[in-house]
Amino acid sequence: MKTFAELDFPGRMVAVEGLDGSGKSTQIYLLKRWLELQGAKVFFSEWNSSTLVKDATSKGKKRELLTPTTFSLIHATDFADRYERQLVPLLRAGYLVLCDRYIFTAFARDTVRGCLPEWVRGNYSFAALPDLVFFFNAKLEVSLQRILDGRPELKYFEAGMDLNLSHDPYESFRIFQGRLLEQYLAMSTEFKFLVIDANQAVETQQSLVRQLVASRIDLSRFSNLKH
Amino acid sequence: MTTSARSPKPLRKPSAPARVVGPRVFVPHRSPKRFYGHGIPGVDLAKLSGKLIVVEGADGSGRSTQIAKLVQWLEARGHATVQVGLKRSTLVAEELDQAQQGNILSRITLSLFYATDFADQLENVILPALKSGFMVLADRYIYTLMVRDMVRGMDEEWLKNLYGIALVPDAVFYLNVAPEELIQRNFAKNLALDFWESGMDLGLSRDMFDSFLNYQSLVEQQFKRLQSTYGFTIVDGHRLVDEISVELQKKIETVLEK
Repeated sequence: MKTFAELDFPGRMVAVEGLDGSGKSTQIYLLKRWLELQGAKVFFSEWNSSTLVKDATSKGKKRELLTPTTFSLIHATDFADRYERQLVPLLRAGYLVLCDRYIFTAFARDTVRGCLPEWVRGNYSFAALPDLVFFFNAKLEVSLQRILDGRPELKYFEAGMDLNLSHDPYESFRIFQGRLLEQYLAMSTEFKFLVIDANQAVETQQSLVRQLVASRIDLSRFSNLKH
Repeated sequence: MTTSARSPKPLRKPSAPARVVGPRVFVPHRSPKRFYGHGIPGVDLAKLSGKLIVVEGADGSGRSTQIAKLVQWLEARGHATVQVGLKRSTLVAEELDQAQQGNILSRITLSLFYATDFADQLENVILPALKSGFMVLADRYIYTLMVRDMVRGMDEEWLKNLYGIALVPDAVFYLNVAPEELIQRNFAKNLALDFWESGMDLGLSRDMFDSFLNYQSLVEQQFKRLQSTYGFTIVDGHRLVDEISVELQKKIETVLEK
């Protein structure tokens, strides 16, 4: 698998990965604001936001119809739709694309659910790799607390209830997130994740993120402003 | 599970009454099953006592007619049957249909959408039915899906990995009918050619008639190429319905005894 830069796309992709509650969405939002204020051609894309496959996905989730295999495939379908119709054209058009989660979310999640890792990776092999991947590594307890303190209503699949880890959704969520973290850490070297210690202050992390982006990507190429 | 609930359309003409057979019912032998790749996690293949029979072929090749006749024949002999086919899953059939109407999905997306539909039926219909000892008749299987994508230039290795979840059928028949004959049958049936069956998305020709002929011969070539890997039985679909049916029955008899 190659990155968009290696495939000679004029655009570049930056992705963030991490557990729910790791603060990754805050960090990518702040990165986006910084880039926008410089007048860069930026596009922000969220995992699971394509409209077309959404109906089927939510139907499957509501009725708990999904098995690990169909869960994996329907999300791959959803991703492919967004990849082919949105991400690739934007990258061809020279945008700086920011992704809140990318294929690594699927790799971690589907593997925890028992799908064969090689199969999942093969299915996603049509997708190029991001030029930069930030992984926000927070202590499991910290991430869990951020999510669970609000006593949110955890959805069935979100809590990993389909894995029969526990009858208690909160307990199930804890175990599930712990397993996801293991998978992320195992992928970290292979996919050259830039690991950010997410236990630090928001500003400390953002400063690191901005410096890394500025040093790895020639931002002047993405400027919309006329000089 | 009802045996005929998934049959999509009623028979166009009533079949001839099944030959009277004696009260003794032959119990099929169990043959070892396997997946093409790693398969579905957690499935005990040794428990699948039924048989999976696949009928492949273009629209107008006589697939549904032959499947209807096989159902009659198998039931007369005391075997329980279930039918599956493309775009019949509870999960995504409706959405897939809608998406195709508008022709708005890109290639990989459509391919994965079909794979989702297939996997849903595999896990929720095919495998449970085989576990209960049913004869599962599949109106098309992964081969059509692979061929359609291969004709559109998709990577064969990618498709093989994707469909590594599929169970290897006990018998696969490919009803081979020349494109020139298919076009006649399609007109006789629908009075118009289907957008997808004519491969209009490929831009082979703006003339639908030409496109249909071109596309169907590309499909035929890919099927014949796959035949060497997957070893299905190519059946000459130009003959009389009953003649073909007898040939299928003979082959299936050997499968039941295997």
